[in-house]
Amino acid sequence: MSQAAEARSRTRGGRPRAGRALALLLLLAGALISAAPFYWMVVASTRDDSELFASPPPFLPGGRFLHNLVELEHTIGFGRVMLNSAGVAVVYTVLSSLISAMCGYALAKYRFRGRRLLLGAVLATMMIPFQVLLVPLFQMMASLGWVDTYQAVILPFLANSFGIFLMRQAFLAFPDELIESARMDGAGDLRIFYRVVLPVVRPQFGALVIFTFMTQWNAFLWPLLMLNTEDKYTAPVALYTLIGQSHVDYSGLILGSFLATLPLMLIFFLFQKQFVSGLLGGAVKG
Amino acid sequence: MTKQRSAKSGPARTARPDPPPRWRERWRRRCTPWTFAGPAAALLALFFAYPLLAGLYQSFTADRDGVTTWVGLAQYRRMAADPVFWAALRNTGLILLVQVPVMIGLALLLAFGLNQSWLRLRAGFRIAYFLPAVTMLVAYSVVFRVLLKTDGGLVNQMLGAVGLPDVDWLNGPGWARLALIGSITWRWTGYNAVILLAGLQSIAREQYEAAAIDGAGPLTTFVRVVMPQLRPVILFCSVTSTIGTLQLFDENYVLTGGGPGNATTTPVLYLYKVGFEQLDFGYAAAISWVVVAIIGLISYAQFRFIGKDGSR
Repeated sequence: MSQAAEARSRTRGGRPRAGRALALLLLLAGALISAAPFYWMVVASTRDDSELFASPPPFLPGGRFLHNLVELEHTIGFGRVMLNSAGVAVVYTVLSSLISAMCGYALAKYRFRGRRLLLGAVLATMMIPFQVLLVPLFQMMASLGWVDTYQAVILPFLANSFGIFLMRQAFLAFPDELIESARMDGAGDLRIFYRVVLPVVRPQFGALVIFTFMTQWNAFLWPLLMLNTEDKYTAPVALYTLIGQSHVDYSGLILGSFLATLPLMLIFFLFQKQFVSGLLGGAVKG
Repeated sequence: MTKQRSAKSGPARTARPDPPPRWRERWRRRCTPWTFAGPAAALLALFFAYPLLAGLYQSFTADRDGVTTWVGLAQYRRMAADPVFWAALRNTGLILLVQVPVMIGLALLLAFGLNQSWLRLRAGFRIAYFLPAVTMLVAYSVVFRVLLKTDGGLVNQMLGAVGLPDVDWLNGPGWARLALIGSITWRWTGYNAVILLAGLQSIAREQYEAAAIDGAGPLTTFVRVVMPQLRPVILFCSVTSTIGTLQLFDENYVLTGGGPGNATTTPVLYLYKVGFEQLDFGYAAAISWVVVAIIGLISYAQFRFIGKDGSR
């Protein structure tokens, strides 16, 4: 066998295996770095602070889970705070998804005066950081007397430009003939929307609902500015105020953070395909 | 008005059998779009357009002893001479030039790995990679604060185990920047990888087979077959990451508060501080409008780029 042929056969036999091992190593390292902090959260939330910062640090869960949970309920009323979060997120999600889907439908399927302006505004809201609106919005809420109310948390961001755009893309692909034939049958426009059109784009609408819920569940800065009574706090706000205290109970804080993140993780586990396709709605344009 | 006309044309109605349905049809056509778009449009006008324009007006004013006065471009001139504002812009530039390319590169590598046909448990990997992106912001900041704690934090303990000295992660300017860049990368790399993976999976298998039949090696396949089709998705990731960087606020707000000094301050964090800590609303409004202008310019350039690519 000539040298060149030998070298070729070696690369053929050897390289895929070495390449695979290398790729697998890279993927595993990436997964470990991504997910390790979550395991560590489980460990930390079942320990107390002195154990947490001990050397060597603990690698297995301890037995302080219940104790930390009781403590957390005592300091920030954790159950109440989680219920607040759930209520705000559900109301926001229902209203926002419907309003966004309807607007997306109008932009996709009707020609009307002001359409281009509306589309431009939607695109603009995607690019302008919402922090830019913080000061004027805050002043607006103050002059309406809405500070420390849930409508101030929910209303300003109900018209979700990401959702409008996502649904518009979905509706653009929807055949006009179907709408026309439903109209011939005498169905009103709203009825057509809810009974004919919306069920067909259920995957995209589902992605929007999941995405909207996650966004609101995570919302931090605006609720922090708007809510100032402790029993109205949402989970992120309550946890953040814990950080600011002079003595920080880290294990309790981590337990709270972990439990508050858990619903999102569950939703993501269950709906990951839809969630990703929802995010991709903006990337792969039809 | 329409009502009047139809009342006046009452007698003529007998001559033409069908006018009321016609104008009603026109009215219906004009109004039904707005029954769908109306709520969103009203909300956008009230809670987006109005505060945005109010902010623009405010950027030409200053608040002195409780009296708001028109000061023209004074706030903008002040910004041009403000070292903190420039420091914030430089920090953003650093993240744009260093963190975004590194992250997209890493995400591409991971996506290619995940796309290998021999790989098992792909869903498990995808979940692991995506977890950081769905983590609650506060949880994320707490975890990083504790992991990066100077004395007793896990990262420093690990460094100590291999004989390296403690690092003052959140209090040294250089280290704080590194910590910020590292934590943003941790949070968003997997997210981009999963999106890139979805893009990769939309490339038909036959195309790889065709390339293989034509004798293309892995590198040629990558350059000639994969890259051209993945480009829109890569650009999508770059655009969203760039906009995310220009809007960077959450991460440094909770992790470092913009410090030490102004080492991790970003324009949006700065405008937040000016507005809500110094209550200097006019100046905050001016900063926000400059941020809007910068994002607008860069996004426009990137969308032009995508447009030229013919993929939009």
